[in-house]
Amino acid sequence: MRVMAQMAMVMNLDKCIGCHTCSVTCKQAWTNRSGVEYVWFNNVETRPGQGYPRTYQDQERWQGGWTLNRRGRLTLKAGGRVKKLLNIFSNPLMPSIQDYYEPWTYDYEHLTTAPAGQATSPVARPKSLLTGADHKITWSANWDDDLGGGPELTVNDPLLARVSEKIRLDYERAFMFYLPRICEHCLNPSCAASCPSGAIYKRTEDGIVLVDQDRCRGWRMCVTGCPYKKVYFNHRTGKAEKCTFCYPRIEVGIPTVCSETCVGRLRYIGVVLYDADAVLTAAATPDVKDLYQAQREVLLDPDDPAVQAAAEAAGIPRDWVTAAQRSPVWALINRFQVALPLHPEYRTMPMVWYIPPLSPVVDQLRETGHDGEDAGNLFGAIEALRIPIGYLAELFTAGDPAPVDGVLRRLAAMRSYMRDINLGQPPRPEIAAAVGMSTAELQDMFRLLAVAKYDERYVIPPAHPELGDLRERAHELEELACSLDYDDGPGMGGSGPFGESSGGPAPVAVETFHALKTRQTSDRLTDASSSRGRVNLLNWDGKSSEGVFPPKPTASSTDEGDAP
Amino acid sequence: MSAGNILLWVIVPYICIATFVLGHIWRYRYDKFGWTTRSSQLYERRLLRIGSPLFHFGILLVILGHVVGILIPESTTKALGVSEHAYHLSAVTLGTVSGVMTVAGMAILIYRRRTTGPVFSATTTNDKIMYVLLALTIGLGLATTVLGNATGAAHDYRVDVAPWFRSVLYFDPHTHLIVAAPIGFEIHAISAWLLFAFWPFSRLVHVFSAPVGYLTRPYIVYRSREAVTPRRGWEGSRLPVEPPG
Repeated sequence: MRVMAQMAMVMNLDKCIGCHTCSVTCKQAWTNRSGVEYVWFNNVETRPGQGYPRTYQDQERWQGGWTLNRRGRLTLKAGGRVKKLLNIFSNPLMPSIQDYYEPWTYDYEHLTTAPAGQATSPVARPKSLLTGADHKITWSANWDDDLGGGPELTVNDPLLARVSEKIRLDYERAFMFYLPRICEHCLNPSCAASCPSGAIYKRTEDGIVLVDQDRCRGWRMCVTGCPYKKVYFNHRTGKAEKCTFCYPRIEVGIPTVCSETCVGRLRYIGVVLYDADAVLTAAATPDVKDLYQAQREVLLDPDDPAVQAAAEAAGIPRDWVTAAQRSPVWALINRFQVALPLHPEYRTMPMVWYIPPLSPVVDQLRETGHDGEDAGNLFGAIEALRIPIGYLAELFTAGDPAPVDGVLRRLAAMRSYMRDINLGQPPRPEIAAAVGMSTAELQDMFRLLAVAKYDERYVIPPAHPELGDLRERAHELEELACSLDYDDGPGMGGSGPFGESSGGPAPVAVETFHALKTRQTSDRLTDASSSRGRVNLLNWDGKSSEGVFPPKPTASSTDEGDAP
Repeated sequence: MSAGNILLWVIVPYICIATFVLGHIWRYRYDKFGWTTRSSQLYERRLLRIGSPLFHFGILLVILGHVVGILIPESTTKALGVSEHAYHLSAVTLGTVSGVMTVAGMAILIYRRRTTGPVFSATTTNDKIMYVLLALTIGLGLATTVLGNATGAAHDYRVDVAPWFRSVLYFDPHTHLIVAAPIGFEIHAISAWLLFAFWPFSRLVHVFSAPVGYLTRPYIVYRSREAVTPRRGWEGSRLPVEPPG
């Protein structure tokens, strides 16, 4: 047993209202630069739908992830090392920009510069950000949001193709839910395995998968390798970029931007311990339907003294083990068994898990005039409504309906049981018993899913400075950002001496994140005279204007005299 | 030996070699972030699918041909039992095939670069200089071979150009050898030197990151959080500088 720690996330899909706040704040924090206009490290898809990029789940076409070869050994679906190198000059399996969408802006300047007194009002025409030419908008990151575009778009959902005979696409029976997606930070990342340069690595401390911008040479194999298509090619810098799990925030113990800003509070972040030696065996499980179970078994019980001893031997700090014990992610995956991995059949061991939505079932009941929260009705409906379950099973359990069925029953039981308590009726322990749980467990699960406060949803042990001087090394952490001038119009210009984006990437200002953490958790205002307290406007919480403006020149010298 | 010849065949080559070597070291130290192929596949892939492998496999053959033809002396191939006729036949065949592949691939790629809007927009001045030097060198190289053989008066570059090139590498330039060579070879050589000098400052640096290590390394790379890249030399101290207060 070789214990490693992994930062993992669970999203409760029942709470997702599809507001895209996570996508927007993530974009604002990480990909509001040229070259990555089309990139959404976090996106929210309407299911059923084609997803982003279009039909990325069709692995017969895109060949992402791992598969088993004839001898039952794990191999990259897109081909082995030699095949990758032979295709290095032109990767036949890489989506083109049209599979994402061509980024555009509007010619707003025309609105103010158009001559007065024309017969028609001036309009801001859409302009392609790739060519600067007029652009006809035909697709975007979220074109089929809320089933927009209707059945003729939805029918291209690769998952629907697999359950099609059971699905009725007419609007009366249509169901939908939202699926927020970030990088899965897999235990067996096929993007890293596909990288010819070895630039994509998994961090030993927290399992976050990152791209070393100095080692990436732009061979683009990672884009093909990732079955979730969550590695993107920056077409200005010629380097791969991906979700960083907001590592500068995680390192100081605050949640990712997408989690922090989620209005539904549906995301949970915590540490899980896993057995690194068992990963490849589990990923090579012969039957795809057993992969969910195998993936669960790779995770180690942090309350087990043997695991704790092994974790200590592996150099995992004590507070990380404690955090793993308190981890909401561990509880949802293994204690309550309501979280499922996204597409375990890709064999990458994804570490962003999902609680499947019960609401399509509840809505269906309510629309047909039934009590949507009665346990008997719900259990019956879960059984009868094969449509959502078959679809959810394609997403989360490689098509096996049994685990999805079990999760939805536990969620239904919790709803019914807690409703009786909320309405002052006598609680019915038989509801808990029907799903094999104790009433205490049901209450705990309710607490975690419905009430959970900030520090229960996010149990993030900070990185350990004594394992390397964080304050000093933090300067050297690099963000994906490149500090070039990028507002000088699309395409041309703004290039460094050696072409686009040469030079070094701008460093992440870790001090800013420390300051942010301090501001969020303390009652007093930050000392504005220190540069550590200065506020990045993108992170400004509106609490005060301290740190936003430099000290007034009229301020007494004692206010400023303590600068380091 | 005229001053012009010294300049062309001694000074220029050594300046270019020095620029090539030192330029790469300097670029690798200070601009790893800019060291990339800068692929344009995201914009367009249909023409690239044909043109890029054609060009790249062609140019790899061309490089192989140059290594055999220029770096290996005639005496060595003779000692290995390769007759002049056999050598010439294989050189002309391989040279023509690889040359045509390279030029055809390059033509497709340049056409694509000019006509595909996003690709053209992403072309920098640096790229354009590189394309001119590269196309000039390749075109002259193929032209001298094809014209020489077509007119039936193929010049044996293994008696003058090749020994001169090796003599440059030995730091004992035999300038009289190259001066005696036909003008086509001379221009080809000069344009190649200029290409080498420009090389480290262009996207051509990606040649030196051919990922052969991928064949042997483990699939998943693990790195510690602390194993971050050291600060670059020019960056100096990043200690916060406080305005005097």
